[in-house]
Amino acid sequence: MINLEIPKKLQQVQQMAHQLSATVFRPISRKYDRIEHCDTPEELKPVAQMMASMAASRGKSAGAGSGGEGSSSNGANLTGIVGMEEMCWGDVGLMLSIPGTGLGNAAIQAVGTPEQKEAFGKLYCAMAITEPGAGSDSAAVSTTAVADGDEWVLNGTKIYCTAGQRCDAVVVWATLDKSLGKAAIKSFIVPRDNPGMKLLRVEDKMGLRISDTAALSLEDCRIPKSNILGSAEIANTEAARKKAFGGVMQTFDNTRPQVAAMALGVARAALEITRELLAKEGFQGDYSRTLYNSTALEAEVYRMEADLDAARLMTYKAAWMADNRQPNSTDASMCKAKAGRVGNQITLKCVEICGELGYSEQFLLEKLARDSKIIDIFEGTQQIQQLIVARNLLGLSSRELK
Amino acid sequence: MSDDLPFDLALSEEQRIMRDSIQRFATQQMRELARDADEAGQPPEGFYDASCELGLTLLPIPEDCGGAGQPREPMSNVLAAEDLGYGDMSLAMGALAPLGFINAVLDFGTTEQQQAFLSPMASETFVPASIALMEGRATFEPGQLQTRAVASGDGYVLDGEKRLVPLGCQAQQLLVVAALEDGSPAAFVVPAGAEGLSAEAADYMGLRSLETATVTLQGVKVPALNRLENFDLERLVDLSRLGIAAMAVGCCQAIVDYCIPYANERTAFGEPISRRQSVAFMIANMAIELEGMRLLVWRAASRAQQGLPFHREAYLARVLCAEKAMEIGTNGIQVFGGAGFIRDYPLEMWYRNLRAVGLLEGAVMV
Repeated sequence: MINLEIPKKLQQVQQMAHQLSATVFRPISRKYDRIEHCDTPEELKPVAQMMASMAASRGKSAGAGSGGEGSSSNGANLTGIVGMEEMCWGDVGLMLSIPGTGLGNAAIQAVGTPEQKEAFGKLYCAMAITEPGAGSDSAAVSTTAVADGDEWVLNGTKIYCTAGQRCDAVVVWATLDKSLGKAAIKSFIVPRDNPGMKLLRVEDKMGLRISDTAALSLEDCRIPKSNILGSAEIANTEAARKKAFGGVMQTFDNTRPQVAAMALGVARAALEITRELLAKEGFQGDYSRTLYNSTALEAEVYRMEADLDAARLMTYKAAWMADNRQPNSTDASMCKAKAGRVGNQITLKCVEICGELGYSEQFLLEKLARDSKIIDIFEGTQQIQQLIVARNLLGLSSRELK
Repeated sequence: MSDDLPFDLALSEEQRIMRDSIQRFATQQMRELARDADEAGQPPEGFYDASCELGLTLLPIPEDCGGAGQPREPMSNVLAAEDLGYGDMSLAMGALAPLGFINAVLDFGTTEQQQAFLSPMASETFVPASIALMEGRATFEPGQLQTRAVASGDGYVLDGEKRLVPLGCQAQQLLVVAALEDGSPAAFVVPAGAEGLSAEAADYMGLRSLETATVTLQGVKVPALNRLENFDLERLVDLSRLGIAAMAVGCCQAIVDYCIPYANERTAFGEPISRRQSVAFMIANMAIELEGMRLLVWRAASRAQQGLPFHREAYLARVLCAEKAMEIGTNGIQVFGGAGFIRDYPLEMWYRNLRAVGLLEGAVMV
């Protein structure tokens, strides 16, 4: 039965995450935005433990929220989305700094062997894809991996690696043979304390400051043969090559809705603060008159709410599809595109609407407007999402629609 | 039914069957009639009777009024509106206008009133009826009506002018929304032929086959029975906004589906235009915004069906659909370039029809 409300079971997750966000993240949001560079904030350590135990209990009650036979189920994907929005309502940078919740963890969960999950699953795993010469074009990776006896030897430079400083291990994308293109790109688990991996710097950023964004170098970095994620074989037919790289990219079908949910949380926080500030000036915004008979301020707020709710429902849909094993590549990109851009627009508009209060560091609005920008960039820029959506709709390959 | 419904976008078996037959009707019958109907300013002979075979109007009418007595389902109505809108918005609105009237009587009328006003609607053939809400002035606000209803004897006397009334000239029954002496809104069933009631066809930019009319009420007397007892203007406005928005979703889906093969076939500078990001991204964005429109409409309608409050949700659905439907309408023409402006293609018709989405009130209550 068509129902776009979040079931009570998931509302409990929502409330717990909200509680955490309101009591742990919000009070320290400004403080860590100013500190910027530090080790994992002490306040996040108990959060990491809680998240780990929550993940464990979620695993046991998989399929919860199902409305009986023949009905769809609301599983880990939708639950993750709901929790993610709440945490990012508190602080997206702090959320990204919780040990154990890295993108590398997602990759190991998705494609790791049982042994790899055992060895690295509980660690804090970052993901290193981007290079100075390879951003959105993931296939242009030029970090190399060469087999040498029982080991892989990695060489190259990685940038914009979220949690690259504080993590326990990094999932590094590298090529076995650059001349063979995408098919030769594999990912490797590199323990952070490996002597061949060096921290070059931690970036100074406009927003998301507490989240460490690292540049790493790999110089004759040796790891065991067993640390490769997936097969070491290079597909030799066009179809197999496509499949191999597609497998790597598939991780993103699950993570894009999560990143969309980050935008939802940040934008909702901005809208709520804006409504609170406006309420002090007698603002109603009660949907009582047609759009054009409302005040300009009301109309602007309504438009933002409509965009935000649309983005949220699209994100729920993509997660719901994943929970029900429907292919969701198009929907995952659609929600990331919509949430990424409206998240940014809303936070910026909220600053403008609230004037001096919006621009001031006295409130969080200006910070939210700084934080939101990167969400429309990482995990696939707005333009990459549009490219994916367009290719899927038009039935064009990446060669046909560049 | 579990108390704790999961988030779910899957259709019920009944909805699936209903959608199949409506979609077939929309693509096989409506689409090819739409252009001629637009040019003629009326649907072809027999179209409305054919639309009756879908059974939409008979379904919710209580059995003792001659209907099928099915539950009142705004969500299912939204799906029907979306699918008919995929065929053609203007024809869809005409076909669904009587259902709007029926839904209003079901929601706001007593059993006695349902008997009186729904029995004539329970027919295998099309019985024109609709809701007359809009008035002719800029800044029109549904809650501030100039049409007046004054209590007189054992009934009311109605005076005023209603605009953009679907099927206004031929409606057998009209639900006229008017302000009482204290300004509060009330709804009255006015039968065709009532003394002082006149209607004149009025042409608009789009929705041309809908046979819209200006309806004038000059001292029209109706008995007290004709005032729907439990009238709720907000509900009427919200559910009709959802009906219009759902048809817009269908129309926009038609545009996206129509643009995709064209962009893949039309060649410029030596390759299909779909291979240019400027065109491909426009189509991607149309599809992205369309998805948001659809889900906002579905959420509001599903809340309405579950008996949850849905005013805010319907309001936001209207806000997004008004803006994005027009954006999709104008970009549909843009993809086709000059050809989109030519009346050989449906794009300019869709564009004209979609302009109504942001301004229409009360037309089809789902």
